[in-house]
Amino acid sequence: MAENKKIDERKKLWEQNTVKPVLDRFPERKEQFSTGSWLPIERVADPRPFTEDEYLEKLGFPGEYPYTRGVQPTMYRGRFWTMRQYAGFGTAEESNKRYKYLLDQGQTGLSVAFDLPTQIGYDSDDSHSVGEVGKVGVAIDTLKDMEVLFDGIPLDKVSTSMTINAPASVLLAFYIAVAEKQGVTKDQLRGTIQNDILKEYIARGTYIFPPKPSLRLITNIFEYCSKEVPKWNTISISGYHIREAGSTAVQEVAFTIADGIEYVKAAIAAGLDVDNFAGRLSFFFNAYNDLFEEVAKFRAARRIWARIMKEKFNAKNPRSMRLRFHTQTGGSTLTAQQPDNNIIRVAIQTLAAVMGGTQSLHTNSRDEALGLPTEESVRIALRTQQIVAHESGVANTVDPLAGSFYVESLTDTIEEQAWNYLNKIEEIGGMVQAVEAGFVQKEIQDVAYRYQQEIESAERVVVGVNKFSVEEKEPKDILKVDPALRKVQMDKLAAVREARNNSAVQEKLKELKQAARSSDANLMPFIVDAAREYASLGEICGVLREEFGEYKESIVL
Amino acid sequence: MDKKIRILIAKPGLDGHDRGAKYIARALRDSGYEVIYTGIRQTPQSIARTAVQEDVDFVGLSLLSGAHNELFPAVVDELVKNGADDIVVFGGGVIPQSDIPFLNEKGIQAVFTPGTPIKTVVDFIESVQERA
Amino acid sequence: MSLSENVRTGDMRSIARALTIVENNDQGREDLVDSLHPYCGNAVVWGVTGPPGAGKSSLVDHIITLLRKDGKRVGIIAVDPSSPFTGGAILGDRLRMQSHAADDGVFIRSMASRGHLGGVSATTGDAVKILDAAGYDVVILETIGVGQTEIDVMRIADVILLVLVPGLGDEIQALKAGVMEIGDIFIVNKSDKDGADKVRAEVEYILSLKYADAPEKKNPVVMASALRSEGIDTIVLKAREFFAQMQENGGLETRRKKRIELEIRKSLLHKIEQAVHYNLDFENQIDSWIDAIYSRHEPMYRLVTNKSKHILKEHAAS
Repeated sequence: MAENKKIDERKKLWEQNTVKPVLDRFPERKEQFSTGSWLPIERVADPRPFTEDEYLEKLGFPGEYPYTRGVQPTMYRGRFWTMRQYAGFGTAEESNKRYKYLLDQGQTGLSVAFDLPTQIGYDSDDSHSVGEVGKVGVAIDTLKDMEVLFDGIPLDKVSTSMTINAPASVLLAFYIAVAEKQGVTKDQLRGTIQNDILKEYIARGTYIFPPKPSLRLITNIFEYCSKEVPKWNTISISGYHIREAGSTAVQEVAFTIADGIEYVKAAIAAGLDVDNFAGRLSFFFNAYNDLFEEVAKFRAARRIWARIMKEKFNAKNPRSMRLRFHTQTGGSTLTAQQPDNNIIRVAIQTLAAVMGGTQSLHTNSRDEALGLPTEESVRIALRTQQIVAHESGVANTVDPLAGSFYVESLTDTIEEQAWNYLNKIEEIGGMVQAVEAGFVQKEIQDVAYRYQQEIESAERVVVGVNKFSVEEKEPKDILKVDPALRKVQMDKLAAVREARNNSAVQEKLKELKQAARSSDANLMPFIVDAAREYASLGEICGVLREEFGEYKESIVL
Repeated sequence: MDKKIRILIAKPGLDGHDRGAKYIARALRDSGYEVIYTGIRQTPQSIARTAVQEDVDFVGLSLLSGAHNELFPAVVDELVKNGADDIVVFGGGVIPQSDIPFLNEKGIQAVFTPGTPIKTVVDFIESVQERA
Repeated sequence: MSLSENVRTGDMRSIARALTIVENNDQGREDLVDSLHPYCGNAVVWGVTGPPGAGKSSLVDHIITLLRKDGKRVGIIAVDPSSPFTGGAILGDRLRMQSHAADDGVFIRSMASRGHLGGVSATTGDAVKILDAAGYDVVILETIGVGQTEIDVMRIADVILLVLVPGLGDEIQALKAGVMEIGDIFIVNKSDKDGADKVRAEVEYILSLKYADAPEKKNPVVMASALRSEGIDTIVLKAREFFAQMQENGGLETRRKKRIELEIRKSLLHKIEQAVHYNLDFENQIDSWIDAIYSRHEPMYRLVTNKSKHILKEHAAS
């Protein structure tokens, strides 16, 4: 640390002679100020100019270890982040239309949202699917639906992110099969599958199987893709949902990275070499309200991951140490009251993500506290990104907030507290154990409760909700999903089952069952084979459910 | 008489977002009620049976996946089937205002959309109890 | 049909209503329980207790599955503490047994302790009777084993399963707290975790001391894992064996008679207390009595003796 004596002395004088008279006239708005995640904030951050050594060790240059300033040397001066709006609803036809619209409007990558039955491995005709078909995303039962979804969209030109976890292997298989029909080989495919089961147990709830077989499926995918689909990001280790469940910024970083550690461990245990798959791991974070805390969070995350990959897992390839991430603006910050206010919230969150160095970004639409977004709302959300990119100037230099006393101090604090959690989880025996013991969930619930209490008491202001509220008008159009959708989907599924070679389907499912039973077979090729024959998602997952069993929620209240 | 108001908080269907349900459960406990929370992925049938066995006064349904128009009335139907039409049902989650009249008609007495303070929920519960 | 008759037909709503009457100590509670008396005594009552976090509910969930496979109808009463500050409670045990919610042969009821001082056992005792009369073959009573009231509750059971886990840091303390005294079957849950063997060893050691003269009487210690569904059949087997032994050697009759004795004592004391309160106009008088003692005007025992003299005529001297 550089010598600060002169500054310390001047600060004392400042407090006595300049600050005190003002405080005597009127006090500050609060006794204690803190970030959105309760990290304490000083009136002025202590100025700590780095020594050269400190700078090089803690920050370095973008594109170089420890990647604090960014995973890439030119960042947005080379290419803007990918503007990737999550979309999908109802039928594959309607979703296909929305994708084409977004691509026309300048979106640069696709992001597919699936409905809950699909996410949980149920066909649309399953009894569990009543009321849910096509609601939160597109319903995909077979390869046929996938073909319609990507009809007219060249899979060699577009990169696609699929938010799918427990049955990720199946949707990836569908994607590969669709590409084949377009004449696009696997090695050309670019995209991501979320494939992060641990956060499902923690915060999102769309799990199917217990942890052990789930991790097997995940490592099977790592291995398969490293050979067959090398440009594919095999996992998007997610903190977004953990934050949405109510965690603090520190917890978001810590638990996400802890999940990442668990996946790397599992892959290594399955015999993979770290440098063979780690470069294709990607992350997914939240962009929340407190601008500077969020930027600091992203920088801390990069620094921590780089160190872990290098020191704990002995990665040699720099690619393995780079934390690349997608960001989504915080859904839970959106209000149903005065929905246009959400446009401003999203703009601030966009700035946080961009100044934090995200590789791709989804911005929420203003009406998403009410339902799925209308076309107009989605367009505004996309324009938000475009305005920040082209008009605000923040993309013209790399890591613009580096060196800010405040942001660097927050980065250090977040890193330190995240390490505390990582060490604690290590003590417990890893993330799977910590989740089974309910440790992670309890940590999140406690702070979520506190957060909500602060909103109830208006200690934490939410504009339009507990302050500055108005008599609400009936909102304009909201997107509705046709409830007759389930029947439509069921009819389609029946038609596919009629037309396909049913004995081939049965055979492939049988082979899959046997492979699942043997603990060391890679299941991907079997799933792809079944997919090609138009086996349904529910049928494939049904086989795996029989072999692997189902996960039981472990709740701590 | 040692009566306490008993409330079942349930999540029907496949939606796994339980932050709100857990918060409500805890907040209602802090308001002096006995709360039974049954976790995610409950069917309308198991919710109704649970409500009957626990002899609750209220059932609070939480849903963020848009399936409320199908699943909330299904819970009410199951309660009626089990002879428990006197149990008061309320709901919350991502529910557009325009769906509320339909839900009311189907027996969901109140819907608390995002941003509703807990006090509103408690007032509702107390007012129903007073009427009873 | 009366509520009592409906309960005996196994009607879910009626059973639930009856349980509520008991819980709320409504008028008619005593008549209701008495009317069911002739139909009680068939159910085997299993108590499941242990420190919080031991995984009792998860084990019970598996036990239910096993019992159901054998065609047994199972009733469960899960007791959780009420918040001493707000009076409310989150009753979360049921959550781990929800896979049985749709099964007609299973009835689950969650109860809060409601801050009763020793009154919990009266409520749960009557609740067990209701499920018994309703035709459930096994009634499982689950509580947290940390206090005297919990131990009292456990006296209602025929067979008591004590669940321990490694890693809670104070195995020996739990073992010393008197809870050890009432356990019939000892279960070490989370047997796959570090320290599970240590817990087993400690339990075995204490049991061997207790039964140094009669080692054949030593209670079984079962290693189990709810997460992995391991050891459950052993638990059920040992519980059944224990119950069968008790039936044979008269231990069951002794226990059940002891239970009745406790019930009589509690009920008697309760009635007397109620009568005394009524007779002395307690609620209206208490403040003035407190003032008298606080202001050092009167010493406590003298005041109490004087006030209660006319009721306790015969015993005033002793």
